[in-house]
Amino acid sequence: MALTSEEVRQIASLARLKLTAEEEERYAEQLSAVLDYAARLSEVDTSKISPTASVLPLTAPLRNDVIVPCPPREKIMANAPRSDKGMFSVPPVLD
Amino acid sequence: MSELADLTLRQASKALRSGDVTSKELTNTCINRIEAVEPRIKAFLAQTFDLALKQADAADEVLTQWRKNGGDPPAQTCGVPIAVKDVLCTEGIPTTCGSRILEGFRPPYNATSVARLIDSGSVILGKTNTDEFAMGSSTENSAYGTTHNPWDLDRVPGGSSGGSAAAVAAHMSYAALGTDTGGSVRQPAAFCGVTGLKTSYGRVSRYGLIAYGSSLDTVGALARSAEDLVPVFQVIAGHDPKDSTSMPVSVPEIKLNTSDVSGLRIGVPGEYFIDGIQEEVETAVREAVDVFVSLGAEVKHISLPHTDLALPVYYLIAPAEASANLARYDAVRYGPRIESDELLEQYIQTRGALFGTEVKRRIMLGTFALSAGYYDAYYGQAQKVRTMIKDDFESAFKEVDLIACPVTPTTAFRIGEHGDDPLSMYLEDVFTLPANLAGVPGIAFPVGIDSAGLPIGIQLKAPHMGEELLFQAAHAYQQNTSYHRDSPNL
Repeated sequence: MALTSEEVRQIASLARLKLTAEEEERYAEQLSAVLDYAARLSEVDTSKISPTASVLPLTAPLRNDVIVPCPPREKIMANAPRSDKGMFSVPPVLD
Repeated sequence: MSELADLTLRQASKALRSGDVTSKELTNTCINRIEAVEPRIKAFLAQTFDLALKQADAADEVLTQWRKNGGDPPAQTCGVPIAVKDVLCTEGIPTTCGSRILEGFRPPYNATSVARLIDSGSVILGKTNTDEFAMGSSTENSAYGTTHNPWDLDRVPGGSSGGSAAAVAAHMSYAALGTDTGGSVRQPAAFCGVTGLKTSYGRVSRYGLIAYGSSLDTVGALARSAEDLVPVFQVIAGHDPKDSTSMPVSVPEIKLNTSDVSGLRIGVPGEYFIDGIQEEVETAVREAVDVFVSLGAEVKHISLPHTDLALPVYYLIAPAEASANLARYDAVRYGPRIESDELLEQYIQTRGALFGTEVKRRIMLGTFALSAGYYDAYYGQAQKVRTMIKDDFESAFKEVDLIACPVTPTTAFRIGEHGDDPLSMYLEDVFTLPANLAGVPGIAFPVGIDSAGLPIGIQLKAPHMGEELLFQAAHAYQQNTSYHRDSPNL
């Protein structure tokens, strides 16, 4: 699977990553190499195989719907790059 | 005091209980050792000596009270200085995952595995270096510089738990927590000549383990022998309601019967003995299997037919899961922020600048594999082949009790050797990846030294939740050999 720089730019956009032009070109080459290697999976007959999402036989465990203490706000806000009145502060979303 | 640094965890624990040594003395020993060798090794990202000494005092109090008043003995980990890989949250202590995007982040809570060790009285010396977000096989991907292998400073310690492996190998701590998503405990254990345990998926809580590949991540440990690992395992293993993927099954009390492995059926998979393995590695691994035979084990040739597909499967599933797990690094709630007038710019600038090359590569690989039009052919197909790899193990374990194989194709490679070729680095993991895809546990321990003076490791894999058998087999080997007692000259 050969990716172009343009396709890498699109993937980077989906992943919210800003890349330099040089990075786009380099990643296009490297990602293509990895995807070529991964292409051997397409030769495997999996028509009768179900996918493994988890190796465990667990389903989502439930708990009783009771309120338990949650960490104090100051602790959670302590790592905030920018906050205001106890809330995370972010720049606006512009269209 | 240097002999104290050379004690095994078991010896240290015994001396602590008898009162022959205090936790404070052991902690100061480790601190002195770190000050002496760390400038050359660079295993630590954070050193928490003040906290460690406070923890040591508390442990000494517990031990003194127990000696005076009796009752249940404290855990064997009480008073023992250990190190913690920097992908595990430690409350109030910087936790970076080896990344710039978490620079300065101080978690508001401890990971369950860390909390359990602290509650048992362990002393935390600091946080160890790791490939960024645990993505790598050499620790060269750390944004804070690489760690050097104590056996040869020009070589890598392995990865991603390279800091933990080096800390234990250089006698800077008696044990260390690591994590293993594709081999990241076992491979550095092999490169550094220490014993490393990858636990079964679901055995140790992942609460507080900063996620890379959620269906693959496991918390494990490294120490200088299987016997030393057991006390750490006993403390960290077991169900945690805070981790919905932790199995609600009991943890056995591990009994290490001495050398009796008579009747143990060991499978040797042909697919793991490929061209390209360093000859000395293959020889040492086969000789180790012969030791098991001399102790009464039975060897069978087995086949794990889909072994060669593990690499492409892993390098689609792990990056896919990583692309989702790393979406949270948006500079909103934690980490440095590259300020911008607009939210989208904030995301793309911060993530573009503060994620390292390998991390960005894997995020994009994963994003691609999950994207519309490609999902079924790449991620979907990989999930199906994963089932086939898991089934290989289930079939094999009907015929044998354990599987023995190399850990790595070669001994520790030189820093910079893989250059910027990601695929050549990924090939380091061929022997370790299958266990993560299947969810089974594995242990790596030293079985030789090559002509360059570098440690060679072997790997044993067991059925899911089969850690007890891994410990017993490794211990039997170590009771009859002395490779695990070799140490680098520093």
